[in-house]
Parts: sequence; C-alpha cells; structure tokens
Amino acid sequence: MSSLKPSQAGTLESNDIVITVGLGSKGEGIVIEMQSTVFAQYGEQIRKVIEDTVKGQGIADIYIKAVDRGALDCTVRARTLTALSRAGVEIKEGQVWS
Amino acid sequence: MELRRTLMFVPGNSPAMLQNAGVLGADSIVFDLEDAVAPREKDAARFLVGGALRTVDYGSCEKIVRINPIDVSAEKDIAAIVPCRPDALLVPKVNCAEDIHQVVKWIEASEAPGQKEVKIVALIETPLGISNCYSIAKAHPRIVAMALGAEDYTAYLGTQRSDGPEIYMARTMIVNAAAAAGIQSVDTPFTDVLDDEGLVKDIAFAKKLGFKGKIVINPRHVDAVHQGFSPSAAEIEWAHRVVAVIKLAEDQGTGAISLDGKMIDKPIVERAERLLQLAKVLGLEGGQS
Amino acid sequence: MITNAIGRAVPEQIEGYGRVKPFAGAFNTPPDMKRAAPAVKMRRPGESKLHGSLEEVFRAIPVKDGMTVSFHHHFRNGDYVLNMVLDTAARLGIKDLTVAMTALFPVHKPLLDHIKNGVVTDITTNYMSGPVADAVTRGILKRPVIMRTHGGRHRAIECGELKIDVAFIAAPACDDYGNLNGVMGPAACGSLSYAMADAEYADHVVVLTDFLCDYPLSPVSISQTRVDYVVKVDAIGDPKGIVSGTIRSIKDPVQLRIAQMAANVIKASGLIREGLSFQTGAGGATLATAQYLSKMIEEAGVTASFSVGGTTSFIVNMLNRGLLRKILDVQDFEREPIESIGSNPNHLEVSVDEYANPFNSGCIVNRLDTVILGATEIDMDFNVNVTTGSSGLIMGGSGGHSDSAAGAKLTIIVANLLRGRLSTVVDKTLTVTTPGESVDVLVTERGIAVNPLRKDLLEKMKAAGLPVKEIGELKAEAEKLAGVPGKIKTGDRAVAAIEYRDGTIIDVVRQVLD
Repeated sequence: MSSLKPSQAGTLESNDIVITVGLGSKGEGIVIEMQSTVFAQYGEQIRKVIEDTVKGQGIADIYIKAVDRGALDCTVRARTLTALSRAGVEIKEGQVWS
Repeated sequence: MELRRTLMFVPGNSPAMLQNAGVLGADSIVFDLEDAVAPREKDAARFLVGGALRTVDYGSCEKIVRINPIDVSAEKDIAAIVPCRPDALLVPKVNCAEDIHQVVKWIEASEAPGQKEVKIVALIETPLGISNCYSIAKAHPRIVAMALGAEDYTAYLGTQRSDGPEIYMARTMIVNAAAAAGIQSVDTPFTDVLDDEGLVKDIAFAKKLGFKGKIVINPRHVDAVHQGFSPSAAEIEWAHRVVAVIKLAEDQGTGAISLDGKMIDKPIVERAERLLQLAKVLGLEGGQS
Repeated sequence: MITNAIGRAVPEQIEGYGRVKPFAGAFNTPPDMKRAAPAVKMRRPGESKLHGSLEEVFRAIPVKDGMTVSFHHHFRNGDYVLNMVLDTAARLGIKDLTVAMTALFPVHKPLLDHIKNGVVTDITTNYMSGPVADAVTRGILKRPVIMRTHGGRHRAIECGELKIDVAFIAAPACDDYGNLNGVMGPAACGSLSYAMADAEYADHVVVLTDFLCDYPLSPVSISQTRVDYVVKVDAIGDPKGIVSGTIRSIKDPVQLRIAQMAANVIKASGLIREGLSFQTGAGGATLATAQYLSKMIEEAGVTASFSVGGTTSFIVNMLNRGLLRKILDVQDFEREPIESIGSNPNHLEVSVDEYANPFNSGCIVNRLDTVILGATEIDMDFNVNVTTGSSGLIMGGSGGHSDSAAGAKLTIIVANLLRGRLSTVVDKTLTVTTPGESVDVLVTERGIAVNPLRKDLLEKMKAAGLPVKEIGELKAEAEKLAGVPGKIKTGDRAVAAIEYRDGTIIDVVRQVLD
C-alpha cells in the first residue's frame, strides 16, 4: 500500500470522530492511536471497528489516528472508509456493512 | 395509506442528527446529500448516510435520501445509497419526464434482486419543472409524491419570496398535477423559524390548496405541520355524517342526496372516505365509527 | 461493609464522620434527637460589629485549627468569598479546617492549594463540579467528602451532626449592625436561603459585603440578631458568574421533544388542575418542560398554586401573567427573578428548612404535585445518579434532587436516552444519589418508563396513548444503537459518602485511578 497518501475525515463535533490516515511501514501492521470521550466504555469497540474496516479493504500496514467524540459504530466505519477512500483506497463496499 | 405530512430534512454529514432523526416525530426523514453538504464532503456524507440507513432503526419513519442533481453526482449517489435500502429518493431540480427515466435506470442498476422497490419523490424547483409537472408526475410508477422547492424556483423566476403570490401558480400546478396523476403533493418548507403565527397560516393555506404534506427544515415545525394536515374534529364529524347519509339513501333507494342543503355526489363521498381513512391511521376517529 | 436497602455496600464507619446509618428507605429512619443550639449571646449598647478586615475578625473570634467554616453558593461560579476567607486563613497559618460549602464550582479551584498546604483537610458539600471535584475523586483528601442534599444539610446542622464554628455569609447588601438582604447592591443574587441555617446555628456569624447600607436596612433576609461581625470588602462576587444573563430558550429539538412528553405525562396523570404545584429546573429539558406546562395551564384555564426551588425569568413571567399564585424561592438564576423577589409580595424567599428539611413539622416539597428533574444515569430500579459522570469523576450532587423527588406526588426524570454514545439508562448506576422509590416516571426521546411501584400511573399513561415502555426496553434500545458499554474501573477507597436527606448513607463514590 505504498501508494496511500495522508488523509483525514470527520469532525470534532459530538457523536463524530476524526480519522487521520498516515503511512504505515511494511510489516508493522495496523497501528491505531486513539483518544475518546467514551474510552472507558467503548475504547475497545472503536478500535475493533476501525481495524475490521481497514482489514475489510485488504490493507495490512497502516497508521491511523482516531479522535472520538462518542461516534456510533456506523459513524466510525463511515469516517474510516471516507479517510481510506481519500487516501486513495478503492473502496469495496460489499465487504463493509454486515 | 402512506402518510407524508412531514418530509423532515436532516443534513447528511451530521452524525448527531442522523442518530436522532427518528425520534422527532416526522412521517418521513429526508437525509440530505445536496444543499446541506459542502462540495468536498459529499463523499463523507454518502458513507455516513449509507451507514445510518443500514444500521440505525428509524422505526416507522419513511427513509428518503435527497441525492444531488442529475447533472452533478446523482449517479454516484444512487450507486452508493440504493444498496443501503432507502424507501425513496428525493430527486432535486427535476425538469422533465426524461430526468425521471434517467434516475430510474440508475436505480435499477443498483437495486439488488428482491430488494423493496425504491420509490421516487420529485422535487420541482425550476420554471421548466413547473411547466412539465404533469408529465413528470406521470413519468414512472415509482413516483409517489411531488414536492415544491420554492427557494430555487423564485430565484429562477428572478423574484424573491414574500407572502406567497410569486409561488401561487407553482403551488396549484403541483397540487393539480399530483392529483391528476394520483400521487401526493408536498408543499415547500416554511423558512422563518421565529414566526410561529406565520407558520400556522402557511400550513393552513397549503392544506386549503390541496397539499397533503410539507417539507420541514426545522424539526420544531413537525408538530404544527402534523396538526395542520390532520383532519380536524369538525371534518371528521362531517365525514361521518356524509357516510351515514349515503348509507341511509342506499338503504332507502333514494336518488339525489343532500346534506345541510348541499348536494352529496361521488367526489364528496370519496373525500369523506379518504378523510376517515386518514383519521383512522392517525387514531383520530371518534364519534360513530 | 454493610449492604443498605437499595443493595449498595457502604462502610460501617467513616473516619471523621462516625458510625454509618445505612439507607433504609426514604422515610424509614425517623429522628430521635433534640435540636442542637449554639451558645446564647449578648451585645452591649454602643458595641460595633463593623471590622476593617477579615484578619481582624479571624483574630477576634478567634478562628483556630480544626474548625468548621461554612459558606453558601448563591453566587455560584461568581463567588469570591470562599477563596478570600481561605486565603486569609492560610496567611494566618491556620490548618485543618473543614469547609462546609453548600456547592463548589470551578471558581473554587484555589481551594486545591489550601488542601495541598494543609489549611483545609475536609469538605462537606451538596454539589461540586470542576477542578476541586476532579481532585477529590482522584483522592486528594484523606477522609471522604460528605455530600448531602439541601434539605439534608439543614437537617444535619439542626440535629447537631454538622457543627459550624464560623459561618461566612456573602451579603449583597448589609448595614453595619448585620441586617442583610440579597436583592440590592452590585452583587445582588436574590434569595439567600442556603445561608439561613448557618446564620441560625453557627457559633460565630461573619458577614462580608461590598454594599454597606445605612442602618436599618430593609428588606431583611437575615437579621442583626444572628450576626456577630460585618466586614466591608471590595467585591464579594462577579455579577457575570452570579446571573447567567437571560437563560436562553431551548432550541435542541430532541430536548424539546422530551420536554413536551414530560408535560404530557403531567397532563395524563390528572395534575393540570386548579392549584397545581410544581418545581422545574433551569437547565435543558426541565426548563423547556416549564414552557409546555405553562401552555397547558393556560389552555386549561386554571392557576398553579406555587412553584418552588431555583427561579428563572420564565417562572416570574408565569406569576406576572396570573398563571401562578406564588413563587417560593431558594435561588435565582437571572436578573428578572432577582428584581421580582425584591418587589413582588407573591414572590417569597423561603429558607431551606421550609423548602426541604425532612426533619421538621413539614417542608414545602411535601406539598409538591410534580417535580421535573434531570439524571446522568438511571438504573433498572429507577435509582438516579446526578453525582458522578461517565469517567467516574464527581460532577454534581443532589442539591435539592433527592428532597423534591421524595416530596412530590409525581417525580419525573427527563433525560436524553443517549448523550453522545452513552446511555442514560443502565443496569446499575455508578453512584446512587436519589433512590428509585421516589422516582415515578422517566421521560426520554425514545419513550417513557413508569416505575413498576406506580401501577396507577402506568394505567393513566397508557390510557393517554403515551409511548410507554419497560425501562429495560429503553436500555436495550440504547444498546442496540450504541453497543454495550464496558464498565469503568474505580479504586476501592471511598472518596465521598452520599448522605441521604435523613442522615443515612445511600452510597459512596470510589476513587478514580488514572
């Protein structure tokens, strides 16, 4: 995925999340750095949704920074997809929504 | 009977509003991908609205998505949104029947086999659209309603919104075309959020013209619009009396029938029956039912 | 540890507080004591009460290590007095004070320094938010903060459980012999309810004012007979922090929806009738509920008998329009109620004793038809938390919440089911402030739930066609949208004890570890 470019999606409004995609180094896997207003309650879930979304697009190495303001799973997924698409990933929709 | 008293707009790129849109009481929610979304956020809104449609339970609300105009990104919007199973698309700036045919083609290309047919609400907001509104209303069986967008329309006319004369003809054209085609007509929104009295008057006027509902851009207007477009107690009582008089006449085999000195003919009976059906859906019956 | 009547584990003994009486139900722990009384005093003719500085007063009393000093919060986040007094104590080298402030706000951040340097070692309050509340929850104090209700604080003072050595009263207007009121001067705040018990029961009563008036002042809220010292200072509070300007009408459609439903609940319960009495708050959906309620009262052609509690301009407007006969006022949030309480004979200042004290011959909340209250969390037993927030930190407290809930015939909780991603309805609230037995109906944007203890109400709500659900259904609905939340982790140490209005312990707040 060396063709990815840095990108961002989302806002800092309540119920939203900002996803920033940076360049991951090959072999380092999916690295997610996260802040959340609901970290205690939903931190793990947010991480899982971002990770599943990224994997669903067949990406193995990537750096993602997430700043969450209480986004629902569907919003986390949508913002991640938007950021990936803006980074240059051609989104395969079928594998996205279960 | 599909109730479309309120078509409430929700900005497509606002997660908080998408989350709560279902609790505000509107008959239909319109997730807006067009004017409420900045051009460089169109991609984000498509993902967001798509996700909300697939995962959020909006209860009994009808889910409508306003796509971008046909010459902008309607095709992309349709391809992204239709698989997420909205109930209908609100197509903006429809000018002619061919526009609808184009949209139907794109919808058909994106619908999954067995998916519930995605309906169309045509938003008429150009002078050309008004001129063609009957042929648009009849363009395809997917069309369930036709709405007026008066802000753009008056801009195209080169005038400004005032207390209403500039859109009078457009309103009556739409009501007439929709009635002729057997679909619903939906009025343009009332835009002054501070003028509660003006809102009530505007709703009453729209109802008088024959509209079946109204676009709502401020959720606080939902109740007033519902109140305005629901049958009043007097109307329900009148309808019950019409039905009773008809039944009596049928039982007695009488010919010409009148109520309060007015002739009761078929269209009046039908209107009374429609009214009672609406009242039943809304739980407003009472009296003799 | 012992388990109280709502299943919460509370310690048997709290250091600096004594033996714990576990909560046994809202009215199951009757009093068995005499009222406490301070020493009887005397003043000779010609003696002056007016002093040049706080330090002079400290020396005259004298203020000593280990004393309890009390304050009231009518200035909310505009209060200068608490910081001023503690700075003086620090300058004079006084240690180990207990601060008994009715409510602590972000403006009281300097209190943290006085805790660190040993001037203050204990706190008791009815509400706290901001840096002090955060630090308390993280464990800055050795002993737990005792958090009471407004009525419960009065009770604790009157029963001798909260012994005040020196009360510091911030007076917007005062004469040189200690007659004072809250309606005049640059820092006018209206009602002075929360200071009244302190003036009655403290050993020493000190008044600070920035508006010294000619003797005799009128009107009088607290009289010269209870005031020992008067000190003129430059400013006692920031009017901007006292008066929040005009509280803006609520625009949020979800909150309006909730408020409208809450008003419909009141209507369905049959309470929209001549003589209705009610209490509403100043924030969000509770304020908006007052607006819908007012409309219903007007349409029904009836008059409400009284409104009690904190007062907004909206309530004053109802009084002026003849929709409401009396306002019984403990606190004012805006300019209009401050002006009204000073001029309208039907707008009355009442003491917290009269408002909410559970141990007297009857308080005003006992006569309430309905109260609209908020909640941070509410659980399957309808227990309400308004003390701790989503990270476990203290960010509130009962204030009058438990008092009004216990008194009113119909206690309605209005709350967004989802605030951001967090559900208000939970299995078990992190902290219990108000017991479920005194909560009748929960109103959210996704439906209402009626306490199963109130079968009569349930029937009425259903008959009115309101969207009634089981409280568990609301929780399930929230979890369907937001997912099941993970539990927040707290330490074992109790950093605050929540005392119910009758002096029993209903719950404790555990330390938040970072």
